[in-house]
Amino acid sequence: MSPSETADVPAGPGAGAPPAPETGTVAGQEPRAGRHTLALFVSELRLVFARARTQVGLGVLAAVPLLIGIAIKIAGTDPGAEGFIGQVAGNGLFLIVASLGLSLPFFLPTAVTVISGESLAGEASLGTLRNLLTAPAGRSRLLAAKMVALAVFCLTATMTIWISGLIVGFVLFPVGDVLLLSGSTVSLGEGLLRALGIAVVISLSLLGLAGIGLFISSLTSTPLAAMAATFGTFIVLGILTAIPQLHAIHPWLLMYRWQSFADLLRDPPYWHEIGRNLLLQGGYLAVFYAAAWARITSRDIT
Amino acid sequence: MPVVTRGLTKRFRGGQVAVDAVDLEVPAGSVFGFLGPNGSGKTTTIRMLLGLIAPTAGEVELLGEPMPKAHLRVLPRVGALVEGPAFYPFWTGQANLLRFDAADRTADPKTRKARAGEALERVGLSNAAGKKVRAYSLGMRQRLAIAVALMQRRELLVLDEPTNGLDPQGTREVRHLIQELAHDGTTVFTSTHLLAEVEQVCTHAAVMSRGKLLRQSTVADLRAELRPRLVVRTPDLTQAAETLQGLGVTELKTTGETVEGDPGELPIEKFAAALVAADVRIHGFGLERPSLEDAFVALTGEGFDVAE
Repeated sequence: MSPSETADVPAGPGAGAPPAPETGTVAGQEPRAGRHTLALFVSELRLVFARARTQVGLGVLAAVPLLIGIAIKIAGTDPGAEGFIGQVAGNGLFLIVASLGLSLPFFLPTAVTVISGESLAGEASLGTLRNLLTAPAGRSRLLAAKMVALAVFCLTATMTIWISGLIVGFVLFPVGDVLLLSGSTVSLGEGLLRALGIAVVISLSLLGLAGIGLFISSLTSTPLAAMAATFGTFIVLGILTAIPQLHAIHPWLLMYRWQSFADLLRDPPYWHEIGRNLLLQGGYLAVFYAAAWARITSRDIT
Repeated sequence: MPVVTRGLTKRFRGGQVAVDAVDLEVPAGSVFGFLGPNGSGKTTTIRMLLGLIAPTAGEVELLGEPMPKAHLRVLPRVGALVEGPAFYPFWTGQANLLRFDAADRTADPKTRKARAGEALERVGLSNAAGKKVRAYSLGMRQRLAIAVALMQRRELLVLDEPTNGLDPQGTREVRHLIQELAHDGTTVFTSTHLLAEVEQVCTHAAVMSRGKLLRQSTVADLRAELRPRLVVRTPDLTQAAETLQGLGVTELKTTGETVEGDPGELPIEKFAAALVAADVRIHGFGLERPSLEDAFVALTGEGFDVAE
């Protein structure tokens, strides 16, 4: 991808100073190239996805549907089995939904924790943050590039499960029209589309956690500490969600409405809970992104 | 002036003053040696020049513009190497160069690969371009760090200990490179704790000690301030010392087989004649031009070792 075509597009907000007239003594002789704001974003994606660690992580996520599928194929399911698992043997499409649902409480948050904890703390510990800032990347733009890469990772992680679930489900099990939670039946095509919607909702559900991880990562130069602290925060939020006496604060907790993705399998889809979940994720993201911005723009980089 | 600071001060949270009211003036086209022992505040000053850390007080002007306010405008024209080479070990040398270049919005993506190739060639790393940095030696990393600074034409290079970790051959190459760049009109600001380095490549020098800027001037002026010393090699130490003292030589010092001191205004041949007349056996005799190290010791009143 060549960002050069977008060179004349003005930089977005926070992307830095406007192209100022040349005031330097020697600078006037040298023609300034255009503004290649997107190059850093592309480079950031490469940094995240070209790493063996990320690829192994995605491989593990891709194995989730395979393991579930094989287990069901061998052991069979008792028809009373809980949730979507019980429907997999009858319709392979449900392997996608079941895998996504089973990955959401633990596997996906773990992956997001690792990548987000690494993001800024990793650069700080390698010392590459110095090189980026003197390049100059611009602190706000670097943070934006980190967040965009995290969001793309969230989507990639869920889509990895979606695609793996699709392949494994279609190979191992019969597929056909989809029986929804509300009792009506839709075509396989619409079922796939709804499963895709679920993947998108789940990746958006991970953004709040990604924002927390990005903020914690901006506080330290030790990526492991950032990952541990992010995961610790996730566990504490999970425990708080599980204590019934705390129901008054439950609606404000990160994972309280994570399970709302299943509402996409009703006819018509029930949007209320999903909307409130996404609003909450957006709130977490806004708060922690702002905190990370305040931190990174004022931090002494040593 | 490509680099100007006024009252630049950094006080760390613990209260320690790392840089204390430094007024630097680096003339255009100079190779400016920023000199001082480890821990004297050189790297902290450089970090403030480049906007990596915020000064507690004072101002920085880089290429005529205020830092860190104008950093997005100024830094593309500045090549920097701060505090040792830092890279992604799991990437090749070339991939590292491409990433740091991509971080600069003014860098043309179409010429990026070609420019990386040139920079690698310039520092002698062409053969290692495809190797992962993990497999690089410290000297190779140092060269790669210099290559980052050379990815574009720069008006100013800020190099923190550029020859650190290099073997003698590499050190010579880097010095040569610095001279070449200076010849092309680039101002080079280079910190070092090696006096020989300043003597060989720098036109100007500043001396830091314990956070304070003690002096800045041309290297020639720094040296000229010191008076040459009379040095006599002889086995008859006491006799020689007495004779010289009689002729008004001050600051007499006897070490091993030599007597040395400040000859004052008397012409040098008078001393030779007097020593011969006093039957002092002379193995060696002459005026010694003071080295920059002498200048440094005279300025700081301390040896050239780690402060504190």
